Amino acid sequence: MDILSHFNYWVVVVLMMLGFFIVIARGNLIKKLIGLNIFQTSVFIFYISTGKVIGGSAPVLSSDIQLYSNPLPHVLILTAIVVGIATTSVGLALVLRIYRAYGSIEQDEILEQSRQ
Amino acid sequence: MELAVNIVLLSLLVTTAAALVLVRGLLASIMLTSIYGLLSASFFVIMDAVDVAFTEAAVGAGVSPLLLLLSVAVIGRHEARNAGARPLFAVLLVGITGALLIVGTLDMPAFGRADAPAHLHVAPRYLLLSGEETGIPNVVTSVLASYRAYDTLGEVIVIFTAGVAVILILASGTHRGSARPHSAPVDTKDPHTILQVVSKTMIPFMLLFAFYVQFHGDYGPGGGFQAGVIFASGIILYGLLYGLPAICRVIRPPVVELCSALGVLVYGVTGILSMLQGRPFLDYSVLADDPIRAQQIGIMVIELGVGITVASVLIVIYYAFANQFETNGN
Repeated sequence: MDILSHFNYWVVVVLMMLGFFIVIARGNLIKKLIGLNIFQTSVFIFYISTGKVIGGSAPVLSSDIQLYSNPLPHVLILTAIVVGIATTSVGLALVLRIYRAYGSIEQDEILEQSRQ
Repeated sequence: MELAVNIVLLSLLVTTAAALVLVRGLLASIMLTSIYGLLSASFFVIMDAVDVAFTEAAVGAGVSPLLLLLSVAVIGRHEARNAGARPLFAVLLVGITGALLIVGTLDMPAFGRADAPAHLHVAPRYLLLSGEETGIPNVVTSVLASYRAYDTLGEVIVIFTAGVAVILILASGTHRGSARPHSAPVDTKDPHTILQVVSKTMIPFMLLFAFYVQFHGDYGPGGGFQAGVIFASGIILYGLLYGLPAICRVIRPPVVELCSALGVLVYGVTGILSMLQGRPFLDYSVLADDPIRAQQIGIMVIELGVGITVASVLIVIYYAFANQFETNGN
């Protein structure tokens, strides 16, 4: 039980670092956005894990339930997910424009072209 | 039992993310992203965050991979193998950052403890009093649309702005003005007959379900954000199978663009209505004599505004991307 008490947080860190790694180590711009998505989702998982109460129930009030999980992280993350997809699509739109201008979405090739 | 499911789901998430690091090729990456979204939605259900799970299932497993697919259809699925300089440096940086964060988690309260600091402030008040104050059983809805309505207004404006930004970025120089699809004759050769027949029976129920989620959000999991995303994915599915010109005739691009602003307007006007009567911005008590009734009306109107904006912005974004694909494909 003691090891399990922090398992969720460690998984969050691992996911976050995997996303971070994709962002800095992969040259493909769409792959970078996917990495950013993983990073973002790890934060969601962190918030929702913090809000969980063991033995609690989903925060929809009912007279025969005594213990609820914390509704506040749910509200924050619910809106964050939709804002996330909106901002991701702005990123994708920028990638499409970069492709139109440089004919490539590989970081190295773009940098090479802009140096010339 | 719950903990076992928790561990399995989290392990699957890590496996999927690791596969994303290893795999090269964008198509495979996008499929993995979709799986990742579905897994995290399942995880949110286990964590009692049913409203969040709804949203993540529609966004993470549906809309997000779809937009990625449309972009890849324009750009090509190839990913350079040698890309990314100095992987050793990246591994080192990630390793150190991760280790520091793990050390940081050791000071966190144990997972799932009811007496963790996060559960001692604000949240107990919401759980205790929101039922009496708003008459709405779903605490997530009442916090989102009433207690923290300012935040939600901000989020809706961000979503609206993102929609505008996508239109501006993707507007091409040759076709003046917008990223709007131009009407073209419907393509008569249909390569997806089976999918079209199946989806035709499904889409009405998806749209109906979106309305249910919208208006039942007070009593069960649901609300404007979830409903908007589900509605948009139904429309996008139709567009995907029948082509952009067909969907543009059903839902005209100028109308959706107008609607994305209309939702924000509905939200803002509700706030200004209370100001006109000398009350603070977004104070619903002016909407009816009975305070609980006023709260319910206010929450319903605001959720409607959110739903309209979210659905229309996602459809607008889909139009802009699909238009890139159609013009590039030809």
